[in-house]
Amino acid sequence: MLTLEKRPQPSKAFAYLTPLIAILATMFFGGLLFMALGKNPFESIRTIFWDPLFGEFAFYYRPQLFVKGGPLILIAIGLSLGFKAGIWNIGAEGQYIVGAICGAGAGLAFYPMEAWYIFPIMIIAGALGGWAWAMIPALLKVKFQTNEILVSLMLVYVADQLLASMSLGLLKNPEGQGFPGSRNLKDYPSAFNDEIITGTGMHWGVAAAFIAVIFAYVLLNRHMLGFSIRLTGEAPRAAKFSSVNPNRIILFCLGMSGALAGLAGMFEVSGPSGQVSIDFASGYGFTAIIVAFLGRLHPVGIFFAGLLLALTYIGGEMAQGNLGLPSAAIQLFQGMLLFFLLAVDLLTNYRIKLSRKEAV
Amino acid sequence: MDLSAINPALLLASLLVAATPILIAGIGELVVERAGVLNLGVEGMMITGAICGFMATILTGSPALGFLFAALGGAVLSLLFALLTQVALANQVASGLALTLFGLGLSALLGQGYVGLKPPATPKLDIPLLSDIPFFGTVLFNHDIIVYLGIALVAGVWAALKYTRVGLILRAVGENHDAAHALGYKVVRIRVMAIMFGGACAGLGGAYISLIRVPQWTEGMTAGAGWIALALVVFASWKPWRVLLGAWLFGGVTVLQLNLQAAGVSVPVEILSMSPYIITIIVLVIMSADKSRAPASLGRIFHASS
Repeated sequence: MLTLEKRPQPSKAFAYLTPLIAILATMFFGGLLFMALGKNPFESIRTIFWDPLFGEFAFYYRPQLFVKGGPLILIAIGLSLGFKAGIWNIGAEGQYIVGAICGAGAGLAFYPMEAWYIFPIMIIAGALGGWAWAMIPALLKVKFQTNEILVSLMLVYVADQLLASMSLGLLKNPEGQGFPGSRNLKDYPSAFNDEIITGTGMHWGVAAAFIAVIFAYVLLNRHMLGFSIRLTGEAPRAAKFSSVNPNRIILFCLGMSGALAGLAGMFEVSGPSGQVSIDFASGYGFTAIIVAFLGRLHPVGIFFAGLLLALTYIGGEMAQGNLGLPSAAIQLFQGMLLFFLLAVDLLTNYRIKLSRKEAV
Repeated sequence: MDLSAINPALLLASLLVAATPILIAGIGELVVERAGVLNLGVEGMMITGAICGFMATILTGSPALGFLFAALGGAVLSLLFALLTQVALANQVASGLALTLFGLGLSALLGQGYVGLKPPATPKLDIPLLSDIPFFGTVLFNHDIIVYLGIALVAGVWAALKYTRVGLILRAVGENHDAAHALGYKVVRIRVMAIMFGGACAGLGGAYISLIRVPQWTEGMTAGAGWIALALVVFASWKPWRVLLGAWLFGGVTVLQLNLQAAGVSVPVEILSMSPYIITIIVLVIMSADKSRAPASLGRIFHASS
């Protein structure tokens, strides 16, 4: 009979090992899934995880790793702060959309003027947009104890409608022959989020993601506020006694994750995507939840997790083109990863012991 | 704009139809939460139920079998959540989110060959005489059986929680799992059963959307209904009859905004489309003042250290 015994301290070794075990388990069961779909499991897994990095066309796919990973890391870093404190912002997708709308809107307001300060203004507008959208659940939670999970999620659907309204109305390209969607920011040099180094996929959003990783690391390990965040999550009573103001933590965590998600949206709309359009939302806000957990809510872990999930996006697209693997299979694959991760996390906090059957 | 085109009898009748999916999913989640488990995967279970029911109906031609398989699909998916939270002792919020993401992917994969198909219509329960009463006949007595099943479920859950031993044990587990364990109740077993009941209900609710309300299959078609069902439980302060009230309120808002869109009101379509979500938030804010009714063990991990 197997029983579980709680470890006095979470195991350090397993904390590092569990993400790897989860990835291997996902590859195994993912392979079975692909086999059930009539594909060669080894070829599928290789196409997803190996070919984008080392295959024939890797020179094209490698930069994509940053393009897709940047927003994921940026959003996940913000989310991880809240998750650490037990504040569940799951509406990052909405904050991402609003950030994109505000950022693009600020840039397009200047069109066709060219000036160096337009892009910085867009960055600020994008961050503020995401921040403001996240402040809705934050203020409601602080003022009325409203559940932030439900409110932030409801606001995703509201943001979706807002996006539709913007791309059909206020931000619609006046020279677009009636097609929905805004002007393409790629044709507007002052607002275009170009690659910093050509051919690497490194745009300003990726740079921001790097900065966010370092910033979060310093905050959590070297700063009083970061300590308060961790304390609130791990020992709420201790936090109360040491006079941590919970409202301040809520406002900071939700606001920060909103601002980072807004930034991600702004960098995406002004760079890889180029325009505000109805199908702009791509689910990064939800995938970032997986990234945050896979990275064990640790900034450095999130960095690698973001790149890995970006790899599944790119490899998934490749597998779609080369092997005819449906895109939904990749979505399922990502969901599975989170499942296995949560399941094997048991090993971090508990010891499995073989014992004789007792009366329980 | 022509508001006279809106027929109040038909409006109320379609209110009952619009309320049914969130009502069924909501009452299922209420049972789960009364057992002390917070399952945020309702959306994932609903959409899985929607596609399972849709596939079964297309393949067998029988909507009844479709609903059966939808309930089964939802329950099987919820078992994954039960495994994570009750056996592997994982965080319930994270596991629920995982279930939703997983369910959305799974349903999209399963539903690939089913886009654009039309399921056979579910017959309406045409009650003779009663359905001929003017106004009330159209509103109350001219629906498919699931609408009545939803209301019966509410009554059943209410009675079971209030008057039966099973209900008492379930509530005990939800209020204080350590005490319930000490009394010899199988906390984990009871919770797993509650989770599966919730999954089956969510599956039924999802199938109602894909088989009757819409009726066809599109990816992500539940569009947040599962989250609204979760909000309903909070709105209802964990009381069964209030779930019914809440479901009618949200059903009413949904139907009204759709009717206003059709009538061509001068309010932008997007504003009307976002109204059900905004009203959910407003109602949540109003109701969140009263937290006292939440089951005391809600969302807490139970680990019997022998």
